[in-house]
Amino acid sequence: MIAQNSPPSQSDSSSGKVAVNLKINGAAYNLQIEPRVSLLDALRDFAGLTGTKKGCNQGACGACTVLVNGDRINSCLALAVQYQGAEITTIEGLATDGKLHPLQTAFIEHDGFQCGYCTPGQICSAIGMLREFQNNLPSAVSSDLNGKYKFSDEEIRERMSGNLCRCSAYIGITEAIHTAFDQEAR
Amino acid sequence: MKDFSYQKAESVDAAIGLIGQTAGAKFLGGGTNLVDLMRENIERPDAVVDVTHLSADIQQAADGTIRIGAAVKNTALANHKLIRENFPFLSQAILFGASGQIRNMATVGGNLLQRTRCYYFYDSTAQCNKREPGAGCDAIDGINRIHAILGTSDACIATHPSDMCVALAALDARVIVQGSNGSRMIAFNDFHRLPEKTPQIETELRDGELITAIELPRNDFAKRSLYRKVRDRASYAFAVVSVAAALEVENNQIKTVRLALGGVAHKPWRASAAESVLQGLPATEANFQRGAEAELKNAKVFAHNSFKIELVKRTIVSALKELAEQRGTNS
Amino acid sequence: MRYTSPLELDRPTQQRGHIGKPLNRVDGQLKVKGEATFSAEYTVENLAYAAIVYSSITKGRVTKLDKSIAEKANGVLAVITPETAPRTQKPPTLASRKGASASELLVFQDATVHWNGQPIAIVVAETQDRADEAANLIRVEYETAEAAVSFDALKQTAKLPPNVRREPSEIRIGNAETALNAAEFKVDNLYHTPRCNHNAIESYATVAVWHDDGRLTVFDSTQFVTGFRDTLAAMFGMKPEAIRVIAPFVGGGFGGKGVLWWHTALCVMAAKVVNRPVKLSLSREGTFRATGGRTPSEQRVAIGAGKDGKFVSLIHSSTIATTTHNNFFEQVSFPPRHLYAAKNFYIGQKSINLDTVANTYMRGPGESIGNFSLESAIDELADALKIDPIELRRINEPTQDPTNNRAFSMRNLTLAYQRGAEKFGWKQRPPRSQKQGKWLIGQGVATAYYPHYHFPSSVRVRISADGTAIVQTSAQDMGMGVATVLIQHAAEKLGLPIDRVSFEYGDSNLPRSAIAAASVQTVSNITAIEAAIEKMMRELLAISGANSPLAGLKYEGIEVRDGGIFSKGTPSKGETYRSILQRVGRDSVQAEATEGEPPEMKKFSMGSYGAHFCEVRVNEETGETRVSRWLGSFDCGKIINPKTATSQFRGGIIWGIGMALTEETLFDERKGRIINASLAEYHVPVNLDVPNIDIIYTDIPDKYTSSGAHGVGEIGITGVAAALANAVYNATGKRIRELPITLDKLL
Repeated sequence: MIAQNSPPSQSDSSSGKVAVNLKINGAAYNLQIEPRVSLLDALRDFAGLTGTKKGCNQGACGACTVLVNGDRINSCLALAVQYQGAEITTIEGLATDGKLHPLQTAFIEHDGFQCGYCTPGQICSAIGMLREFQNNLPSAVSSDLNGKYKFSDEEIRERMSGNLCRCSAYIGITEAIHTAFDQEAR
Repeated sequence: MKDFSYQKAESVDAAIGLIGQTAGAKFLGGGTNLVDLMRENIERPDAVVDVTHLSADIQQAADGTIRIGAAVKNTALANHKLIRENFPFLSQAILFGASGQIRNMATVGGNLLQRTRCYYFYDSTAQCNKREPGAGCDAIDGINRIHAILGTSDACIATHPSDMCVALAALDARVIVQGSNGSRMIAFNDFHRLPEKTPQIETELRDGELITAIELPRNDFAKRSLYRKVRDRASYAFAVVSVAAALEVENNQIKTVRLALGGVAHKPWRASAAESVLQGLPATEANFQRGAEAELKNAKVFAHNSFKIELVKRTIVSALKELAEQRGTNS
Repeated sequence: MRYTSPLELDRPTQQRGHIGKPLNRVDGQLKVKGEATFSAEYTVENLAYAAIVYSSITKGRVTKLDKSIAEKANGVLAVITPETAPRTQKPPTLASRKGASASELLVFQDATVHWNGQPIAIVVAETQDRADEAANLIRVEYETAEAAVSFDALKQTAKLPPNVRREPSEIRIGNAETALNAAEFKVDNLYHTPRCNHNAIESYATVAVWHDDGRLTVFDSTQFVTGFRDTLAAMFGMKPEAIRVIAPFVGGGFGGKGVLWWHTALCVMAAKVVNRPVKLSLSREGTFRATGGRTPSEQRVAIGAGKDGKFVSLIHSSTIATTTHNNFFEQVSFPPRHLYAAKNFYIGQKSINLDTVANTYMRGPGESIGNFSLESAIDELADALKIDPIELRRINEPTQDPTNNRAFSMRNLTLAYQRGAEKFGWKQRPPRSQKQGKWLIGQGVATAYYPHYHFPSSVRVRISADGTAIVQTSAQDMGMGVATVLIQHAAEKLGLPIDRVSFEYGDSNLPRSAIAAASVQTVSNITAIEAAIEKMMRELLAISGANSPLAGLKYEGIEVRDGGIFSKGTPSKGETYRSILQRVGRDSVQAEATEGEPPEMKKFSMGSYGAHFCEVRVNEETGETRVSRWLGSFDCGKIINPKTATSQFRGGIIWGIGMALTEETLFDERKGRIINASLAEYHVPVNLDVPNIDIIYTDIPDKYTSSGAHGVGEIGITGVAAALANAVYNATGKRIRELPITLDKLL
């Protein structure tokens, strides 16, 4: 019996690299890349910013989370070329004057990680999550869509469920978020 | 991922012009599904036309109709006051979908065009009529716990993965599309197709047409609505089944009921059979059960998904019960 | 990786009492800043990128591979097939102790296909996107052969392997079947556990660099740098010294990265072919195709007991799957060998061979799935006997190991249950008796068990004239906290403040550490550290000379504290390391020690234990199960760092929750292919799946291990699935004997 892998139609090698100008952590990066390059690969392979991690490359783990104009997104599903002109913030951009962001400190204190691979994504995601909370965005566990939500364990867990941690440091992550953000989330 | 050319459309007309001029071009929204499918070698466009900067408004017309621009992000829609107050189950359905990050990227138009999570559709070595018309369907005799029980065909038993669309199906929403011949309106429940013999054709969109907006006509029933999603883990998982329900009861009789189901069919499934059974009946558990039975009467199950019939029935009954009780406490 | 200034946040300066302190991780700053460099992130000049083409058939051979289009694609440097690949020798397997290969198969040397998803071609290109796309353009034809893929079809033909991790595959004590038949109370049921995959968030990645002088450097996401080095040396016919494998940070391993899979060797080959450094990072799908996970199992557990609850018969008869090319018999039969007293035993573990990717170690291999069946059966028997399940366990608590008759080196399981029950508020209520709205509530308990292992390990310890010390070993830290804990341990034993001790690891050029697996790495290295420190103290005494206050003292007469050596008899008499070294004009003194398996391992039954308590809520309408409360009470010897150990226990428990409720690698037997090769469809627990988890531990040292410590990496997961299934039974009255406990099983 003969079986075959069926190949797709042949690619036309039409387009090449284009200029993609990104603003990352306040600095300008002028890259020459193909349009198919994801924001994640642009950061890691072309801008030399490897703090943002590639976990699944399919939008299913959140390791690649970065902030775009303050909103958290999965950079693996984003084409870099779509994000020109936006303020992109990665884990490398969170510490100021060499001083850790309070959430980074809280992650260390509460052991909110083990291997550390999902950590940059968790931290960026939590920062974006705080802003959503402050904007009074409800979540799937909010009992009243038009109420004021409590910054509870359950709310944090649901809102952080887009970031997998296979070491399963979830409890430390939730505690760290409480420590760093309880004040601001009130 | 195949290489492609990229163009950003500055207007709807420009987008339609660009898509017409470029062979093998596709519109690109938030990318949350299309970029994944391109990386999986399932979608292979030669060009993409970025429409994420178009029509991102939510507006209410004088007659109460709410018009949602196709480029509105899922998060923005879920968090909009008009939606939270008037169509709570639409907000809920969105918030039950994917993750915070993905909801921040995904557009409303793109959400309508999500493709199935069928394992065999994603595995390029499997037989799939959706990917390769005529190839056969590996799901029918394969591992099909997540597959459809309503409206299936011999060609395809895949389900539609969207949560948001289930609520839209219950809302008599309208999809506004624009092509080179101008704009037209498609009733939401006609927008997605059943697989029949052509599962590769998933919607009524014609070549080169762009979704520009969703319209939600004003109604009185959706204020009391809810979305129930049953899934294999607590969050960040596609629905095993889901129910969007709205209920309006007057003098203990069902005045209006709206029911739509997710995870059961190739399209967001409007449960019209249940609705017509329930119309005018007293809002009792027994009647809810009767409505659910009517909807599932023609369900067809496969080796691993027979449980879905009972699960859907229970979820329908439970959702309607909760709405009936809510009404009791509120009025 | 080297930590010279380890603790940023709290920087204790005391010189004793490091053991038992909840110190923050020494690598915390790097990790929260995104500065920890993982293997795929090494910047190497002129780097090329590789992508793999995987077989779409299960067995047979590739008859034609058309690479003409791919070769012409933009940026492609080479398409490599077994025909054009460099010749290599058979890779030594981990079991051979000469390497770390997952399988005995020759890698990429002929057209034979052994499993669905086997790599059959590699594309190397200028960028990852270009390599990936070119891989899509390769057309393959196969000749297929009949494959063995169905567990159920083959289980009747299962055979006893020669042994299971050096223990007999079958144990008979008395006549278990006869005793079972005669027993007044009995349970006799079959349990099933599915395939699972590790799914570390960091995928597998390799960067291979060939140097002009023929040496090779490999950055790899491995749990075993020296094992990988030795494997590659054997394959490529090189001296081990010519190869350096580096893995300072590993983004989660859980057993999957302890063995060498094909991609590591393929990357090395590709770098040779294109004569450039190459990076090969598996896609998520690739991790399911080219690396293996947990075997499926079927387990029969039968227990017979008298009215008093005492076991007269314990039967555990199991079948697991492996392949002809790796023979890894996951030790599902271990827990019943050590946990309960019984008059009669039958324990037998059989195996079948499937044509799949090699199965391998996955967190708590054997014990995690073996404890599911055993600890479920105990609960079923307790229910039949109307005895509280904790009491039933106490009644059958053995005074010595029930199957090898050795004394226990340490065993405080009953105490762990007592303390756990108290803290959790354990009270067994009748099944289906608790309800809140539509949620049925239930509680469950189960025993955790994992053997204590010790593998040979080497470390070097050096003290410098400035009074600082460094510990060096090739170890890996995938997040267990090894770097932190070994610094704590060395500082304690050297009598130095934590910030004077640094640690260098993750490099095969360093002394050979035990593998980071089987919960052995920390305990094996602390034994070696103690031996190295003793050697060094003897040398310091020897060189200190007649002018030292130490003159005339023998090793037996000294104590180590306050950064130096002091007389036990006359506490004021002593000298710091710094003073000794400066006085005799030495920059440093160092010692290396290798410690093998201690003789106690053969004398005692050595294990770690625990008691899980949990509460679940099951939605009566939908069958969805959510865990609402957990307490783990452990008996794992002395805990060196409560913070990192607690994270390990919790991590194991959450892995167990995934195993119990959500995780399953779906395997389509028609094609022998995994169909949910994605993190969207393979469900690992998310944050919302996780309840508060309390951890307590006895902290009673094992008298027969260094510092009284045991490993804590695996034990957390063992028993979790049973505790959960028992709680689900308590909530719903339904006994689920097949994992995962998905909602359809509870409708």
